[in-house]
Amino acid sequence: MSETAERHGADAPVIYIEALNPTGVDFKELWQHRELIYYLVWREIKVRYKQTIIGAAWAIVQPLMTMTIFTIIFGYFAKLPSDGHPYALFTYVAILPWIYFSQAVGRGTNSLVGDSNLIKKVYFPRLIVPLCAAIAPMIDFFFGFLVLLGMMVWFDASITVRIIGLPFVLILALAASFSVILWLSPMNARYRDINLTIPFLLQVWMYASPVVYPLSLVPPQWRFLYSLNPMVGVIEGFRWALLGASMPALDTFAPAILVVGALLWSGVVFFRRMEPKFADIL
Amino acid sequence: MSDIAIRIENLSKMYQIVARTREETLRDQLATWTKSLFVRNGLRRSASARIIWALQDVSLEVKQGEVIGIIGRNGAGKSTLLKILSRITGPDKGRAEIRGRVGSLLEVGTGFHFELSGRENIYLNGAVLGMKKKEIDRKFDEIVAFADIEKFIDTPVKHYSSGMYVRLAFAVAAHLETEILLADEVLSVGDVEFQKKCLGKMGDIAKQGRTVLFVSHNMGTVLTLCPRAILLRFGQLIHDGPSESTIKDYLSNLSATSADAFGDNPERAGNGAVQLVSARVFNEVGQASSHLIAGRSAAFEFRYKNFSSERRGINFMFTIFNNLGIAVSTFDLSHSRKLVDANGQGGVITCHIPDLPLPIGEYRAGALLTVNSEVADWIPNILVFQVDNSNFFSSGRNPPVQLSTCLIRHEWQQGDELEVTPELQATRTQ
Repeated sequence: MSETAERHGADAPVIYIEALNPTGVDFKELWQHRELIYYLVWREIKVRYKQTIIGAAWAIVQPLMTMTIFTIIFGYFAKLPSDGHPYALFTYVAILPWIYFSQAVGRGTNSLVGDSNLIKKVYFPRLIVPLCAAIAPMIDFFFGFLVLLGMMVWFDASITVRIIGLPFVLILALAASFSVILWLSPMNARYRDINLTIPFLLQVWMYASPVVYPLSLVPPQWRFLYSLNPMVGVIEGFRWALLGASMPALDTFAPAILVVGALLWSGVVFFRRMEPKFADIL
Repeated sequence: MSDIAIRIENLSKMYQIVARTREETLRDQLATWTKSLFVRNGLRRSASARIIWALQDVSLEVKQGEVIGIIGRNGAGKSTLLKILSRITGPDKGRAEIRGRVGSLLEVGTGFHFELSGRENIYLNGAVLGMKKKEIDRKFDEIVAFADIEKFIDTPVKHYSSGMYVRLAFAVAAHLETEILLADEVLSVGDVEFQKKCLGKMGDIAKQGRTVLFVSHNMGTVLTLCPRAILLRFGQLIHDGPSESTIKDYLSNLSATSADAFGDNPERAGNGAVQLVSARVFNEVGQASSHLIAGRSAAFEFRYKNFSSERRGINFMFTIFNNLGIAVSTFDLSHSRKLVDANGQGGVITCHIPDLPLPIGEYRAGALLTVNSEVADWIPNILVFQVDNSNFFSSGRNPPVQLSTCLIRHEWQQGDELEVTPELQATRTQ
């Protein structure tokens, strides 16, 4: 018997292939593939700004440009309230998570299609594809975040202990975009129409989130319905952690967590159910 | 501990070709589709759908360390079987059990990104194939040396020549060290020199005691690498046994179906600008016959129709394969500095062979028409014929088929030990 076979013979992993696939998540298997997750995220980042002139600076330019336009139009012309903060800072704190979310969802929806050559030729837990799509834009977020810290110094905004709540809000943002991608990417694999509706969907979604205006502008009787949009919770969480806005009321935050939780659970079930067909429909 | 590496029981996979009718409105589609989100396999509609079994009740046991060839026509289910075992797609029925780490090579360079450098792609591709970073670190130099691209390792892959690209891709794949390897035609890459290297590497892999399932169209390769082979036809396992007998079964089936080489032939490929419409063999007296005699003359006649306006740049060639699937020789019109004279709607091309140098046995011919180097029509199983008798050597005798793929005219010279010719003298004194 050969060396290889002997070395692995006794404790060789056994793979069972059956017509019914499990719908749960095999966390152990995901962990075993952590290096692949790392390389796929790394590829996304590496390739994204290849053959551009200013390269990774785009990660900063985009939110800054958006902030400038919003400040001029909504802050200066429309004079939208900003809860007592400088409008530029007020909107930038929301633009950062929003751009992260829209990039994750925008690119993530097409992620299965984009990686179809991998999916049709190699096995790995398919959940990795939407997961990487949700993780990769985080890097852009961090560049934008450095600018935010600079702005806070500029505007003399003090950082409070509430910043320790930031990682939690970040995880909520990650979970929100991941769960949306879990739903949209298999749909897009089946019907490419989905990808074409994404720019429109994201535009509507942004105005349905408190990016350019404060939550206080929303009439109280609409608040509950409004806060079913998980990005409301995410953005308000950012403002709370960084600007020291009043603690988002439980009725803003709790729905976000519940909705993301429900989306995530149903998204995983849906994704796993569609999974065996990916190689055939892509 | 069992020594079975792969156990497959009644594995089946079906595809449904859904015939979409015009009445189907967007609303209907949305309804079925919404349903499909919640009902397992809800997208399947039994009505107006044609079911194709890509794989049907395939059972197989593979022992640890066995190297098995999988052969069959295009669409016979070979790739589907590998895809199910690789867990790329799921089966509809049956089950399989695999003991050991599985590496699947359904193509080379999976996950390669053109913008990344050779070095970066080695790591990315390695990770995609399931290698650990440490493992890649350890084999990095070996991979680079095997691919022979030391100088360009930090150049983006998009600047590579296609040869360099496949060499690098194969090099990474070849260093995958799993106990079980599922490989699909990865050998057909690169130039002749590199192909030899790949074949050598595959031979090494086969000898390391690893379990290999190997899909190939090249019977010669299967014969050298795999002691055992299975034959799939229309998704069913038809033959399982020593490679030689499986290959013979496969090829004899090819001949049985060669009558419809021009009709519904899944092996046929090409853009159809120019198409072959008939093929015949003529014996030495000019009769159409599929029985030939070695050493006598023979003629191969092919008729074609031209469906394009192209009149120039049309080339024709055909290849004769023996019953082991080994190409004996290729006859290429352009090698005689000629091209197809396509003046009208079609024509006849005949190739005369003055004394047929083929050992007794069964043969198959494949024919190819190209227009400006693009494949217009390729029929790998256009003709089947037999060489029954031999008059090649005046004795009428022949070497056995196992010891010859073609007959070569030759002369013997003998001499007495004492009468040493000057040439012989020269070699002796060396």
